[in-house]
Amino acid sequence: MQVAAQTPEIATSSSAGYRWARDAVGVTLILAAGLAGYWLFPDNLALLTRVIAVALLVLSIDLVTGYGGVATLGQAALFGAGAYAAGIACVNGVTEPLTLILIGAVAGAVAGLFMGTIMLRAHGLAQLVLSIAIVQLFHEAANKASAYTGGSDGLAGLMVSPLFGAFEFDLWGRTAYLFGLALLIVVFASLRFIVSSPFGMLCRGIKEDPVRIRAMGAFVFPVLLKMFVISGAVAGIGGALAAISTQVVGLDSVSFELSANALVMLVLGGLGTLYGALVGTVIFMGFEHVVSAINPFHWMTMVGALLIGVVLAAPGGLSGLLDRMSGISRRRKEKRT
Amino acid sequence: MSELFRVEGLTKSFGGLAVSRNISLAMQEGDRIALIGPNGAGKTTFVNLVTGQLQPSAGQVVLNGEDVTRLGAVQRVRRGLVRTFQVTRLFSDMTPEEHVTLTVLQREGRATRILSRFHGNSEVAGEVETILSTLGLLEVARRRVREIAYGQQRLLEIGIALALRPKVLLLDEPAAGVPSSETPRIEHALERLPKTLAVLMIEHDMDLVFRFARRVAVLAAGEIIFQGLPSEVAANEKVREAYLGNYAHARSVA
Repeated sequence: MQVAAQTPEIATSSSAGYRWARDAVGVTLILAAGLAGYWLFPDNLALLTRVIAVALLVLSIDLVTGYGGVATLGQAALFGAGAYAAGIACVNGVTEPLTLILIGAVAGAVAGLFMGTIMLRAHGLAQLVLSIAIVQLFHEAANKASAYTGGSDGLAGLMVSPLFGAFEFDLWGRTAYLFGLALLIVVFASLRFIVSSPFGMLCRGIKEDPVRIRAMGAFVFPVLLKMFVISGAVAGIGGALAAISTQVVGLDSVSFELSANALVMLVLGGLGTLYGALVGTVIFMGFEHVVSAINPFHWMTMVGALLIGVVLAAPGGLSGLLDRMSGISRRRKEKRT
Repeated sequence: MSELFRVEGLTKSFGGLAVSRNISLAMQEGDRIALIGPNGAGKTTFVNLVTGQLQPSAGQVVLNGEDVTRLGAVQRVRRGLVRTFQVTRLFSDMTPEEHVTLTVLQREGRATRILSRFHGNSEVAGEVETILSTLGLLEVARRRVREIAYGQQRLLEIGIALALRPKVLLLDEPAAGVPSSETPRIEHALERLPKTLAVLMIEHDMDLVFRFARRVAVLAAGEIIFQGLPSEVAANEKVREAYLGNYAHARSVA
């Protein structure tokens, strides 16, 4: 009995340590993969930077969908809010890149607060429809306010100052890519921290059974709204990064299409891990890039086929597949010992 | 003994159908009441009305002298009015330890914190361990809920409720669906509930009811038709008519 009472204490500390170590390894792997991309594809850095910006958008969907259980097809509204805020600020003389990222994050967070307040009034299908309505509304607003946004021509001519006053955003996109990679690492590590907090666990609980969470004495709405604000900030950072790296902001950044694609990337990679969001984005966009070069006419068909294959073979997404495989090998090991 | 909890004239109708009619019931500290009644008598509706999942059409719910009828479910839980569910509502991917930790953190108002880590939180670990060991759940504390036995899941339901430090606890069929080999563990857990806690239990297993309850209330067609000692319930004509007739019949078949 004495022994039984003592084991959990030991296990608690080791399990917390194990989680921390796992995240440290994960972040290191992302950094390594990012740097490998830099050396392996020096001619494709613009594309890789785009992948990072979209990955931030997909991460932001994972927060509300994978952790909060709120499905959305309008997340590009938050991405676009960040992109336009940074773009407009830049055109009006705020050219320091970190400040622009901060402006993007704040704009995204405010848009997230707005979107969450509206979406969380509804449930299920109605909620999904509201998300589409909101992104269309943002799209139309950006289109009509052409004096500020450039309308359908887009907002062009962003002249961003050198990073830390020393590193120019060069023609090859080296600075933009490394800047984006650094942002991604910082954001990802922060998000892993957030989802491992009591707040993150509460969100997971809400996703599975809000009635149970209320019976535990916790309110659901403010928790999910908070998640929407965080998610908006992350999407906004992605939008601002896209604006800084391409020096234009177009209407496609607040489109339904981008929202839907990003959700597809998340499902492809797997929900509720954050790692899945990154894996899904890289695979989807990489596949799209390669296949569209091989066959410019039928590449969407192949992307569709890939999706059907993954959804049928691995309903938990690609990261879920990895998880299952590691689960199997772990159980085998346990059996052996 | 002072009165801790009271419902008065609680009525609920859906359209023209009254599912709860004029229910009045009071509980003291340390009370052990069993609420029995045939299927469809409105027992779970009663729990839903008391805990705020449903709003009554008429009547009052009073906890510790405060009228909580207009308060939502969350506010009632925070004031000590806690329930368990007839069909367990647990998070299948979380462990028992995580369930109880989350509940304790919530009770202390720390469950919405972002800047602290959930696992390895030594401040609440002691309390979580005590609750789990009281219920005999220590050896499965680290298993995912979907991997543990249903009887253990039922015990965890009780564990979550206890982690909220309730004043009044409503147990909705705590032994439902549990194989009879495991019911002694549930019964053991019920016996060890804090002495001052007022407990109302809905249960079909009459052996369990007679061992647990000091008072029995019988609900039939939304109305309380009997309140009294367990020893008197079987002799009551109305109860016999409404409930025990069926029960005796069911028993002879079994």
